[in-house]
Amino acid sequence: MTARKPKFVYVTYIASTVDKVFEALTDASISRQFWFGFHVESDWKPGSPFALKRGDTTMDSGVVLLCEPPHRLSYTWHPEYESMRHERPSRVLFELEQLKGHVKGQVKLTVTHDDFDDDSKVFESISGGWPLVLSSLKSMLETGSALEPTFSEEDIRKIEAICTQ
Amino acid sequence: MTDISQFRPKTVYVTYIASTPEKVWQALTEAEFSRQYFFGFTIDVEPKAGGQFYYRYPDGRVHVSGKVLEWSPPHRFVCTWIVEGMEDFGELPECIVAYDIEQAGDAVKLTMTESHSWEVPEEIMAGGRSGWPAILSNLKSVLETGRPMTIRMAPPEGFMEAVKRAVSEKPWQR
Repeated sequence: MTARKPKFVYVTYIASTVDKVFEALTDASISRQFWFGFHVESDWKPGSPFALKRGDTTMDSGVVLLCEPPHRLSYTWHPEYESMRHERPSRVLFELEQLKGHVKGQVKLTVTHDDFDDDSKVFESISGGWPLVLSSLKSMLETGSALEPTFSEEDIRKIEAICTQ
Repeated sequence: MTDISQFRPKTVYVTYIASTPEKVWQALTEAEFSRQYFFGFTIDVEPKAGGQFYYRYPDGRVHVSGKVLEWSPPHRFVCTWIVEGMEDFGELPECIVAYDIEQAGDAVKLTMTESHSWEVPEEIMAGGRSGWPAILSNLKSVLETGRPMTIRMAPPEGFMEAVKRAVSEKPWQR
């Protein structure tokens, strides 16, 4: 049997519409609400830069690969953290499908993050991160309140210090 | 007797819920909750290690049966599973499903781990991999909003055929 390349797939169902989920994934101020103070930044044209920022600090950078509102969005992902900066960019794909069955509508959201090197530290990090971010997104869209950050301000300052070195 | 050292984790699903460990425990172990988020199945569990465990159809028939391996409210609930209610499925070896509940900031981290004692074909694993996100997303909605979704789901492509093949070839006996 050949070793399979690391690939992260996460599916969540959200009582909402594909338009609202797509907007949350691409709008800076909405993303800041559920992404624990981080926000996305891009003009979302294929080939344009993508960044995940906290304030003015870029935490992850990339390039928009695909933007087909409100069903598909894809960008490359390159952490700027000292410990992971040497890894080549990986790839994130969001797929949104509208389903019936809830008065507010239901969305099946599939996030696929792949194209990692073997033993990638980024893979380990995103495997823990996406369930947290996507759970928070679901809470925000269903209840109006995102989840509270599980890391302290001190942790974030440490991450930023590493990024800006 | 289940020899848990023979089981390996194959599917893991993590979700974070704005709730308390006690409420998440209640949602996992009480019928009034399970029928709202678990495709209508009611859980029926004897609350102790070694106890009997079932998920039942609304008419009382058994869908899943098993034994409780660990009962540690409100942090860890582990059971063996045999899906009796689907054709052929009951003849597959039992699997183990573990729920771990941890406080994570103001939220609760719920981790579901499905473990198997044999090399389960991908087509069969796909069944759980499509079901768990629906079940656990819905559990989160029930706890946070009180309003479950209605997620309809058919077995993934090739699933029933793979189960039939496994039951006739019994690869776990090799």
